Amino acid sequence: MPTALERTLIVMPALNEETNVGAVVREVLGTLPGVSCIVIDDGSRDETARQANLAGAEVAQLPFNLGVGGAMRLGFRFALENDYDNVVQVDSDGQHNPSEVTTLLQGLEHADIVIGARFAGKGAYVVKGPRRWAMSLLSVVMSRVARTKLTDTTSGFKAMGPRAVALFASNYPAEYLGDTIEALVIAAKAGLTITQVPTEMRERAGGTPSQNPIKAAVYLARAALALLVGLIRPPTPLPRDAS
Amino acid sequence: MTTASYVLGVVASLLVLIIVIEMLRRRRLRERHALWWLIAGILALIAGIFPKTLEWAAQLVGVQLPTNLVFFVGIAILFLVCLQHSAELTTVEAKTRTLAEQSAMQELRIRELERQLTGKDRLAPDSDGE
Repeated sequence: MPTALERTLIVMPALNEETNVGAVVREVLGTLPGVSCIVIDDGSRDETARQANLAGAEVAQLPFNLGVGGAMRLGFRFALENDYDNVVQVDSDGQHNPSEVTTLLQGLEHADIVIGARFAGKGAYVVKGPRRWAMSLLSVVMSRVARTKLTDTTSGFKAMGPRAVALFASNYPAEYLGDTIEALVIAAKAGLTITQVPTEMRERAGGTPSQNPIKAAVYLARAALALLVGLIRPPTPLPRDAS
Repeated sequence: MTTASYVLGVVASLLVLIIVIEMLRRRRLRERHALWWLIAGILALIAGIFPKTLEWAAQLVGVQLPTNLVFFVGIAILFLVCLQHSAELTTVEAKTRTLAEQSAMQELRIRELERQLTGKDRLAPDSDGE
């Protein structure tokens, strides 16, 4: 029986990350023995694909930018076709700590999706103003939809088990914010179990997220729209062989 | 304004909203394309239920006849949607071209691999048959 790590595919969507992607891939492969790693180059104009390849990752290059949702769907399809059980999404900018992947994978023993949450009492990740309200609103509504307490629904650090991989390989939303919010709604409506574990975010190599109030208000509106659309849509059934 | 025309206005705008939301629900329409139609439907519904808001808005921008403001806003929204579609079509065409080029390049690489493996080129005239 192969270990959990050997049955796991790390999917890393990357857009113009030539400075970080190599180091992140090396760290992932170094800290997680037996794991496979694919970098989805989402239409980068720099050396991202070459750097990822040099570091030892499998690389899939998209001919143009599809966004995180489109890149992740390719990752799920690759995992399904190559018989990986689990997919873990890790950012290519190094803000996620690869050693915490094992914590996420342990969570998969009791759940279909495990979110690495940034506000669950570990680390010092803070946001203010409308962006904060958007995240609180999302966590309140999503906790009800998923029937479990979720504090960070827009985290890009997630582990998906076999049922979630099969569902997402054909139904992963490509819309902005759809890859986090709507994807969780789709999963909850399909009857998958979602849970979260506290994780620590590292300092991003490329500065902090913007705190511009207008941008944050637009973010709030788009998040609300993504949530609303996800909620009114009819449930997607699980693919038969996965359930 | 007669009751009939009041009802017509409200029903028409409600119909627009219902159709757009139902299409959004069934994934027949992406969020970014639905936005303009939603805005138009909501504006029409407000003006339909409270005709006073239309008169107030017409006065505010100095339009003599409130109906003319409806036509103006209607045409403006249609114009913007058309423009958005033209822009999206341009992007889609560019992406299709990129895909076609990439598919041709891959075909080339596959043929080269096949030639190296089998010593035959599918496109070259068949040397055995002649």
